[in-house]
Amino acid sequence: MIEIDGLTKRYGDKTAVDGLSFVVQPGVVTGFLGPNGAGKSTTMRMIAGLDRPDSGTVRVNGKHYPHAAAPMAELGILLDARSVHPGLSARNNLLALARTAGISRRRVDEVIELAGLAEVAGTRAGGFSLGMGQRLGVAAALLGQPQTVVLDEPVNGLDPDGVRWIRELLKSLAAEGRTVLVSSHLMSEMAQTATQLVVLGRGKLITEASVEDFVNHATTSAVLVRTPETVRLGQLLAAPGITVINDGTDLLRVSGTTAAQIGTAAWQAHLPVYELTPTHASLEEAFMQVTKDSIDYHAGATR
Amino acid sequence: MSAITRPGLAPSPSIPSPVIPSPVIPSPAPATVAGPVSQVRVVRAEWTKLRALRSTWWCGLTAAVLIVGLGAAIAGSGTPYHVTPGNTAAMGISSALLGVLFAQLVLGVVGVLSFSGEYGTGMIRATLAVVPSRLPVLWAKVIVLVGLVLPVTVLCAFADFFTAAAIESSRGGSAISLTDPGVLRTVAGASLYLTVVVIIGLALGALLRKTAAGLSAFAAVFFVLPIVVNALPHNLTGFAPYLPSNAGGELWGLSMTSAHALSPWTGFAVLCGYAVVLTAAAAWRLRHRDA
Repeated sequence: MIEIDGLTKRYGDKTAVDGLSFVVQPGVVTGFLGPNGAGKSTTMRMIAGLDRPDSGTVRVNGKHYPHAAAPMAELGILLDARSVHPGLSARNNLLALARTAGISRRRVDEVIELAGLAEVAGTRAGGFSLGMGQRLGVAAALLGQPQTVVLDEPVNGLDPDGVRWIRELLKSLAAEGRTVLVSSHLMSEMAQTATQLVVLGRGKLITEASVEDFVNHATTSAVLVRTPETVRLGQLLAAPGITVINDGTDLLRVSGTTAAQIGTAAWQAHLPVYELTPTHASLEEAFMQVTKDSIDYHAGATR
Repeated sequence: MSAITRPGLAPSPSIPSPVIPSPVIPSPAPATVAGPVSQVRVVRAEWTKLRALRSTWWCGLTAAVLIVGLGAAIAGSGTPYHVTPGNTAAMGISSALLGVLFAQLVLGVVGVLSFSGEYGTGMIRATLAVVPSRLPVLWAKVIVLVGLVLPVTVLCAFADFFTAAAIESSRGGSAISLTDPGVLRTVAGASLYLTVVVIIGLALGALLRKTAAGLSAFAAVFFVLPIVVNALPHNLTGFAPYLPSNAGGELWGLSMTSAHALSPWTGFAVLCGYAVVLTAAAAWRLRHRDA
């Protein structure tokens, strides 16, 4: 379990994390969402005790992590930036970490196998591709079989095979009762793996909810109705809680009711309907909706 | 539109209360293979790194060649060394240890890189994430460096002594023995000096974090400063004997100062003082600053 309470971190004038509070429960995969610069990586560094909060507390499995007696049993972390020595082989990078917790060489070989690095285990990590470096980082996070696993953008640079591996891995870790916090900017990826979400914007908590609730509440599902009788059908459907938008063509965008109800109403009033399409909000849309005002860096912003 | 879309604001009250996942597998804590962290374990971890880095062995080999090779070259050139009241046996051996002046730079690189290499590559984050109490990492690096550099330099210094002594006596110079006054201290002192110098390199690497900055500072203190100070007018150089290289140099006899020199062991104590102060500063920075 990760408990974050009133966490604040400033770098100079910039407040990277601002009064953040949330809880990550064990047994499920929790997705950590937010635009670039929202404070996800900073929060993760504070969870691992690498950066010190200006105020607030982080507890990992109920403890203050820097005081943990067996840190590798508590937390395994993959950070966004590379944290391996390019002059050491994959095996020696892992072995150096394993030694601090008395973890056997056998376990090191086990995670090398698990991460699909067996063929390059003796090669210096400096020559690794982004994907292989990522696999090595994940292997390091898993080394101690920690109770809590924190991964920053684990699928970054992975091939489809690696993406599937991470997906299965996260689910199985959660199924074992571990706490899993994983950040990603790939919403579709998150929709497939996470059941809980923590969404950040500009260092603040935007929401903490299940994926399902998040999608349902953040966007309105609508039904697209194509009909030559836009005005009459619009009047027919109008009711409290139901919104009908007509963009001037023969298309109505109706929210607050179902396609079945619209179809039945139209049939009863003898109004022709050429198309009836329910649209489902995706996590991607929900995310864009929720974070649109808190994005620090708009792509291609006009000057 | 639902009230959830309130970006940038504190969580709005109408947001559905955070869903606590339906009571999931209450923990008996999941299996783990990781034991408690201990100083001994961190020492083993640091040894794994130091041993596996090529730079360690290249620098060690270069230092050995510089010490023994230069010693042999000096012993084999010029007029054979004759021990007289003005030219003691210890002074003869000191000059055969000239290579130590260059070896210190090479070994200093190993010390500086021990920390700056981790900051430069990002490995420091992995290292400190598994040892979040941090200080054991610094102590472990000190221990493995002393454990490597001391034996290696003892071997080099004694190899240098026996080689140089054999060459001198074969050329008709005085036979110098380890039991001659000050000789053993000079030979062992060269090794002690180099070991402490490497720790100063380590502390500089930890304090400055950047390899380039650490190496520049190290070279400035041990190479540039003594030469510059030596060239200054004498009334300005009262502190010269207290420069790390000069103070430590008294132990093995190659101090670049003509001012009132310290006694060998006092000089060495001053050098150790620098190492202690710098290491303490490094410990403070490691403990209190973001990684």
